[in-house]
Amino acid sequence: MRVRQMENRAVLTGEHFMNGDIACAEGALAAGCRFFGGYPITPATEVAERMARRLPQVGGIYIQMEDEIASMAALLGASWAGAKAMTSTSGPGFSLMVENIGLGMMIETPCVVVNVMRGGPSTGLPTLVGQADVMQARWGSHGDYGCIALSPSSPQEMFDLTIRAFNLSEQFRQPVIMLADEAVAHMTERVTIPPAREIKLVGRKRPSVAPDEFLPFMPDEDLIPPMPNAGDGYRIHVTGLTHDERGYPAISPEAHEPLVRRLVDKVRLNAHLIVDFEEFRMQDASVAVVSYGCSARVAREAVEMAREQGIAAGLLRLKTIWPFPSKRVRELAAQVKVFVVPEINYGQIDHEVQRCAVGKPVVHVGLMGGRILTPQEIFDAVRKASS
Amino acid sequence: MTKSTGPSVSSELRARREGQGLHPDDAFLRPGRIPHIWCPGCGLGIALTAFVKALQKAKMDLDKTCVVSGIGCTGRIAGYLYLDSYHTTHGRAIPFATGLHLVNPELKVIVFSGDGDIFAIGGNHFIHAARRNMDLLVICVNNFNYGMTGGQSGPTTPVGAFTTTAPYGNYEQPFNLAYLAQACGATYVARWTTFHVYRTRDSMAEAMLKRGFRFIEIISTCPVGFGRPNKIGSGLEQMRYFKERSVVKHGIDAREAHLTMGGEIIVGKFVDDERPTFLDMYREQVEQKVAQSGGEEA
Repeated sequence: MRVRQMENRAVLTGEHFMNGDIACAEGALAAGCRFFGGYPITPATEVAERMARRLPQVGGIYIQMEDEIASMAALLGASWAGAKAMTSTSGPGFSLMVENIGLGMMIETPCVVVNVMRGGPSTGLPTLVGQADVMQARWGSHGDYGCIALSPSSPQEMFDLTIRAFNLSEQFRQPVIMLADEAVAHMTERVTIPPAREIKLVGRKRPSVAPDEFLPFMPDEDLIPPMPNAGDGYRIHVTGLTHDERGYPAISPEAHEPLVRRLVDKVRLNAHLIVDFEEFRMQDASVAVVSYGCSARVAREAVEMAREQGIAAGLLRLKTIWPFPSKRVRELAAQVKVFVVPEINYGQIDHEVQRCAVGKPVVHVGLMGGRILTPQEIFDAVRKASS
Repeated sequence: MTKSTGPSVSSELRARREGQGLHPDDAFLRPGRIPHIWCPGCGLGIALTAFVKALQKAKMDLDKTCVVSGIGCTGRIAGYLYLDSYHTTHGRAIPFATGLHLVNPELKVIVFSGDGDIFAIGGNHFIHAARRNMDLLVICVNNFNYGMTGGQSGPTTPVGAFTTTAPYGNYEQPFNLAYLAQACGATYVARWTTFHVYRTRDSMAEAMLKRGFRFIEIISTCPVGFGRPNKIGSGLEQMRYFKERSVVKHGIDAREAHLTMGGEIIVGKFVDDERPTFLDMYREQVEQKVAQSGGEEA
């Protein structure tokens, strides 16, 4: 009975007026997150504060660790003990987390890392918006691995995409990054939380064979191995060293090749299951605006302004930023004359669009951070690009 | 039953679980992993054996006992033990173990790693886990240097010792690990050397059955990394030194158990205490209040 009450309290079904950070925490709880290890940092602190208040109400554990390195390590341990686990941070903390994000990739550990982007590098603009951690999210940890990162554009998506981040992390057995930004995290809007039964949840694959028969890093056909909990009696070895199917260290190119290929390919070959985007007035567009996060909200306004002026602009809004929707951008390259990429950095997703633009020009609308782009700035770029 | 086409260890695993290995301790060691990577004369084999004997003495449930290691020579211990074992990143074994423990308090979580791993790169995690009285047993094998990378100075290298990065002799003052643990609030602190095989085993077994943040330091031989540049000689000669210069002083203030180059080695059990663990406090301070208030303010 108590458990059911707790479960009911995990999903606050109804209409709310809440900011993006709070919605993110509620999304995590609705997804079944029961462990949060974190460290305070602006502009992500509200996620931790909400989790500190809410996790004990649903039988979960909140712990404020001594730093972001420890937070990330604790997440991995919590996940191996069987919990869905999350942390939240911003650029300086994310920089500290990438070490153990790499371990999470190597030992294939589901968990969710929220990076509410602010202006960088270094301490940068603690309270003001940025979108310059896009490439860090993709390439931050050393070595090759596949990356999944989501980009919410509203408090509602802070809720919805956090649930999806958990589902993807459980399905693909790896850390998934919620690449939010300060503007969306601190924006307060209507958030609809559906009834628990309407929230689709995915759990990790469990071993179907006895411990004696189990090879912990032998993948199924989907390239993902089943994962036992600590204490289940499987008594497996898990190491950040290159390992074979038994999980034993194997320091050789012969062992490294299939392992790392698989860590990249499980995302690359399943990209069609992961990639998610939204299009606005793209059907007849000759100018494709490609954007994400808070910038995509402004870009939508700019597209409407352009349409009013008779310019055939459309918007491709990325909800998953990694893997990048290369296929769709290549298709659009055959349709449009030019791409316009507004983002709050010196040019990051811009590079990805260029890679897929098949010779079509790509105009970057950049801003180093501290404020959001204005519709006028993006509209001016669209008008100039279309002429 | 299995769909695997890879290397199979199942028959050997079954034999070991049923106590039919070649050695009585085989049931505790992961099949196919011996010989180990440690140098001749290294004390880690002794530390591992003492640990395996302690598991038996304390009658630990092997399905519910987890070992977490960081990086370095001692960090490799996790891989040899036939338990749920996690070989994590450099210095991060304690926070990883914290996550394991908090999600499933039924698990007995033991961190087994080296002095550089736990007290240099991982020092911050150690002091905070001790402060919180996290219910973990931390076993640190202290060989006074970074052995895996070939003998560099570390946070325990005594003043005057030579290492590859202290070619003129070490001039940094080292940590007294036992004192650090005591000062940070550990509920159990003991130090032994690899010469004290049975005392190490008994201490480990005793600590396994206690609650709270428990710390055992094992002074180890390291003839290749530390012995050679300091002309201490072979592993056997280092063991002789441990035998001759160790002094058992149970219950002393650990600040008096400072280690020096060539000096006496004070060993023994320095702290054996009780105080509420992190989870005790969490349950008392948080969960009860939530249960009483209903926590309806969300």
